[in-house]
Amino acid sequence: MRQLAITVNGEVRTADVEDRTLLVEFLREGLGLTGTHVGCDTTQCGACTVIMDGQAVKSCTVLAVMAEGAEVRTIEGLADGDRLHPLQDAFSRHHALQCGFCTPGMIMASLDVIERHGADLDAQTVRHELEGNLCRCTGYHNIVKAVLDAAGRGSPR
Amino acid sequence: MMYGFSFHRPKSLAEAADVFARADDPTYVSGGHSLLPTMKSRLAAPSDLIALTHLPELQGITRDGDRVIIGAAQTHASVASAALVQDALPALAQLAGSIGDMQVRHRGTIGGSLANNDPAADYPSAVLALGATIVTSTREIHADDYFDGMFATALELGEIITAIAFPIPKSAGYAKMRNPASRYALAASFVAKTEDAVRVAITGAGSDGVFRWSAAEKALGASFDSAALAGLALSADDMLGDMHADASYRAHLAAICTQRAVDNQGRLTLL
Repeated sequence: MRQLAITVNGEVRTADVEDRTLLVEFLREGLGLTGTHVGCDTTQCGACTVIMDGQAVKSCTVLAVMAEGAEVRTIEGLADGDRLHPLQDAFSRHHALQCGFCTPGMIMASLDVIERHGADLDAQTVRHELEGNLCRCTGYHNIVKAVLDAAGRGSPR
Repeated sequence: MMYGFSFHRPKSLAEAADVFARADDPTYVSGGHSLLPTMKSRLAAPSDLIALTHLPELQGITRDGDRVIIGAAQTHASVASAALVQDALPALAQLAGSIGDMQVRHRGTIGGSLANNDPAADYPSAVLALGATIVTSTREIHADDYFDGMFATALELGEIITAIAFPIPKSAGYAKMRNPASRYALAASFVAKTEDAVRVAITGAGSDGVFRWSAAEKALGASFDSAALAGLALSADDMLGDMHADASYRAHLAAICTQRAVDNQGRLTLL
């Protein structure tokens, strides 16, 4: 075991880890940040997606030690007190979730997509870049609408 | 959960090789998107993981005359978005943008993919068809001498890929038929046209990993038109067969992908 420091949602956080500890385990079990979900644990479903140094990654396939010194953003870092982040708000308004299990990963991946594409974002790009996030409830249609709305790209309320 | 191991983050290529030489059963790790899932399913249990992605010797995408040099630690996303690659080798940039998914492309690296040489990986076909050179910690290896069957390469124990040098062709195209669930290639073909030759490399389909289709190269060398491929067929005996696609279907798909790659030079075609 060793003590590992990672900046999570703007604060340096430490926890004891083994070299084999996954980033998602560091977040959930080390820090109690259980908003990041473990779905498949095989790099497929995207429920564990977090932003690491500005890029969406699947935290079930990153060792915690690989993230040493990195800046990590999780779903817990988005809302400002009681005020939801625009993406969270858009997911809520567009019914972009049903059971909600995939939602944290879906939102963190979408955040990356919006930050990279800005005003150029279109539905096809959203669908392509969310390929690594599985939702078994919604059929994706409302997720795409929510992401485009949050990006300021239309989709009436 | 994975078996335990010791994690190392060496500061230089030399230190990485030194740690490797002194460890019991070590392996290098780059993005880890093949290795970590393999370790999680307990199909691999190295004693030591030696991280490479941060090493300065493995960074950068540059143009050197008529070649594009890509550092081994460059992620798929960085290759896909590099203007230099998009301009000189658009089919390669788009190939990189079609690997896995967005999150995977943020972590997986070109060097890691080539060291692993998965029979369904995309990069091996581009490296072989373009006649690229694999630059390592100790030497340079031409693509024709590098791939050595499924998950096997010419790399010696402890040798590290530092960069890949791609000659810029007159044109190139890549066509891929993906497994609709896993998104790995069931068959894919990279076709590169240079001043004096055509090279065709097939991935995803061969039972021995990536391979050159010499009959297609000869036909296309005489006439660079997909019609020149009429009547040519790959033998199902040399193809992979599994529950997703049997060998004769893969042989058929590889030929169709080759036609599409010829018809659509300068870009990726997804079937």
